[in-house]
Amino acid sequence: MTKVAIVGLGWSGFSPEVVDMSFREMMFKAAQRAYEDAGGLDPRRDVDAFISCQEDFWEGISIADEFAPDPIGGAMKSVYTVAGDSLQCVGQAYAMIKSGLFDVVVVESHGKPSDMLTLHDVMSMALDPISLRPLGLANIHALAALEARAYMAKYGVGPQHLAEVVEKAHRAGLRNPRASYAGRLNAGDYELSPVVVDPLREADIAKFVDAAVVVVLASEAAARDLSDTPVWVEGVGWRTETSTLELHDWAFPLHARMAAEDAYRQAKIADPAKEVGFAEVDNRYSFKELQHIEALGLAPRGSAAEMLLEEPSTQAAACPSTSAAARWPRGSPSKSTASPD
Amino acid sequence: MSRNINFKHRVAVVGAGMTLFRRRLLETPQELAWLAAKQALEEAGLALKDIDCVVIGSAPDAFDGVHMKGEYLADGAGGWHKPVVRVYVGGATGVFTPIAGWWHVASGLCRKALVVAEEKMSHAAKPHPQYVFRYIWDPIVEKPLNPNLIWIFAMEMHRYMYKCGVKKEDIALVSVKNKRNACGHPSAQLCDPNITVDDVLKSEVLVWPVQRLDVSPVSDGAAALVLADEAEARRITDTPVWIKGIGFTLDTTHWTNRDLAYPEYVRRAAEMAYRMAGIDNPRKQIDVAEPYDPFDYKELHHMEGLGLAKKCEAPILTREGVTQRDGDLPINPSGGLLGVGNPIAAAGLMKVAEIFWQLRGEAGARQVKKPVYTGLAQAWGDLMQAGTVIVLGI
Amino acid sequence: MTKPVNPRGTPIKEAEAVGIEFPVVGKARYNYTTGEALGVFLAGLKQGRILGTVCKRCGRVFVPPRMYCSYCFRPVDGWVEARDEGVVVTAVASYIEATRARAEKARVVGVIKLEVPGYKFDDHFFPGIMHYICVDDEAVKSMGIFGMRVRARWRPVEQRVGSITDIECFEPAGP
Repeated sequence: MTKVAIVGLGWSGFSPEVVDMSFREMMFKAAQRAYEDAGGLDPRRDVDAFISCQEDFWEGISIADEFAPDPIGGAMKSVYTVAGDSLQCVGQAYAMIKSGLFDVVVVESHGKPSDMLTLHDVMSMALDPISLRPLGLANIHALAALEARAYMAKYGVGPQHLAEVVEKAHRAGLRNPRASYAGRLNAGDYELSPVVVDPLREADIAKFVDAAVVVVLASEAAARDLSDTPVWVEGVGWRTETSTLELHDWAFPLHARMAAEDAYRQAKIADPAKEVGFAEVDNRYSFKELQHIEALGLAPRGSAAEMLLEEPSTQAAACPSTSAAARWPRGSPSKSTASPD
Repeated sequence: MSRNINFKHRVAVVGAGMTLFRRRLLETPQELAWLAAKQALEEAGLALKDIDCVVIGSAPDAFDGVHMKGEYLADGAGGWHKPVVRVYVGGATGVFTPIAGWWHVASGLCRKALVVAEEKMSHAAKPHPQYVFRYIWDPIVEKPLNPNLIWIFAMEMHRYMYKCGVKKEDIALVSVKNKRNACGHPSAQLCDPNITVDDVLKSEVLVWPVQRLDVSPVSDGAAALVLADEAEARRITDTPVWIKGIGFTLDTTHWTNRDLAYPEYVRRAAEMAYRMAGIDNPRKQIDVAEPYDPFDYKELHHMEGLGLAKKCEAPILTREGVTQRDGDLPINPSGGLLGVGNPIAAAGLMKVAEIFWQLRGEAGARQVKKPVYTGLAQAWGDLMQAGTVIVLGI
Repeated sequence: MTKPVNPRGTPIKEAEAVGIEFPVVGKARYNYTTGEALGVFLAGLKQGRILGTVCKRCGRVFVPPRMYCSYCFRPVDGWVEARDEGVVVTAVASYIEATRARAEKARVVGVIKLEVPGYKFDDHFFPGIMHYICVDDEAVKSMGIFGMRVRARWRPVEQRVGSITDIECFEPAGP
């Protein structure tokens, strides 16, 4: 069975509001970059299928895949939508190529949250319409705050740890030209950030940006043709814990743990803490980074916070996480890049 | 695209299930998904613990009124603690869902997969589901005209009638056939054993040339399949039905720039599926077909796109009775969307289930007269741009 | 035996539908970015012009415009002005509103294939937009509307806002 590689990557946007381009135009720009990166491939000739990762309500368009094909070179070709984040799409592309039917698959994802006027209402619509939505949560971040409290109480994590995550991510972002929110925070800055829902402060919550990302994946044979430096996909995993919020584990992201186990099994990784060189984890909330480091087996449960304080220089740490500053200083396009859920 | 049709893992359908299709069902979307999934599992003699991964299909989130509907449906669809993904291509989603299921199994990532499609249009889509469809239009150049969903389909139907010289009487025959066929389907919403062409032509005019009985109804419902790799399939059943070909195509978004008389996107999708299935003469090699029929003209349109009829020939085949259940090329023996109902994604998957049951000889009252070995289901969606095709065989 | 055997589900009447309603229309609201191509298009409408983009590699003209060629996957080469005149390629008569309520009077709507000086188009790909057509619904039912030459009826300059509705409708242009 063929191996699968990433052979090209492109992006556009990554600023709080892209005013001069529609989401379709951002997709086009990102796709152009990705195809150039993939050895100048011609999507009209060289690509077997395209996946667009989106959700109707993020787009404000029902059946949002209608608008997927043209900007990425997919008109009258095989295109479909995965309702999920781009990592889930990469998982689908991986399966498609592994099946033997497809050689080159393009994954596109974008978010234009600046187009949304009623973001809170939209996010609330993701809650169970019968058991949760009628509660009329005044602030949707309350759900994350409940998780944060459960996690912090169970594992003895304090605000100083969250402050450290925030500070580290903003600092790492200074080296990333796409990080809109990068900056150097002083020790007291975190405390000055207003509380949104206790224990989460504004600084704990990733801010949105508008962005589009396109990734090109290929079978082994195609990858060798397209690129001298393919990056092999050794394993993928995605898991759903449960739809019923009340019944999920509030203190520990079991879904991430299970997804990681799937990916490690395929990649034949027995001890991720030793074998994984660096990691980009979803840190849309500060505490999520700590949770995810543990769920991914990069640190024992409940120990990520202390590890962080002990090894403040993440670049020098044995296993730097979010070394390129994943979600946070770069912001949180509602779709692009996230961990498997 | 690889031309290697010897895949390492052949994929079979080993069980199917569905709910009633009705204008309003009491059950929540999750409960509907569960009812269908449970029946599919029972038919395969499996329990949820046997399932490695779940593929969910559901079209616009606005129908169920739930943002991130895939996450919401996961529990009902058996996705608890499992790899779950939701895919969609608008109305073409129902046939696309088992296509995505195919690569979950063919890749070796999963050995047994549960494929579930659900739609509930009765509770959130107010004042009428057609109104919720306003979000499918281009928000900048089309939505300001305050369109009704049926406009575009009426435009396609009328262009087809104009280009092929088809009369409404001929198109109405499809509605009559399918609503009569539906009387053999235990889930059917609109069985009418006595319906005539006259009834269709006298029904309420919505958007000329579309009248009420030219259109499938608004429905709640769910459907499910169990897929398995070859070794598992042989363990589960003596009569697996193999997925022989898959195909999907999405035409340009800009539907006002192209001719609507012929569904090129369906032709491309079918070609992809036929190439994989080794079919070079579909009219001879496909024994029974379930083309997508949310409107009666669409069955004709799609037969032509699928190569089951020449351009403009489908109305003639229909008039001659070729497409009846006892005809030479039975088309929509289930009753289709016009007869069984149209909970969007679930309706497409119902068609795949129908081919599965037909090929196993389990369609009972609906079983087509001729012996059948190879069948096809097809769906269509988006702004008249998506075509999805699956070929099954024994 | 006829599959599916005893399909489940509990049919109810509308009046019996127990009541947690969560209508979506109006809850989710957006301010769509027009972007480069449609931004210019809308500004053109305000001036009474229908603008499109052109790909010189394949010769396609795009109305409504985009900044990329969907077929060659490359940026378009510039702008062209379409005439506000063309022929009807398909049309229908709507007796219902967007909400599905009965309309007070029939409204004709269709796709107009626009003319662009210096370019010729076949039936397979052409610059075209959907719009209202100010004719009687009989023209639709008789199919006489197919191929009819129509011209944009613009709103008065002071009423234009940079929207597709700056054109009131297309009306017969004569032979």
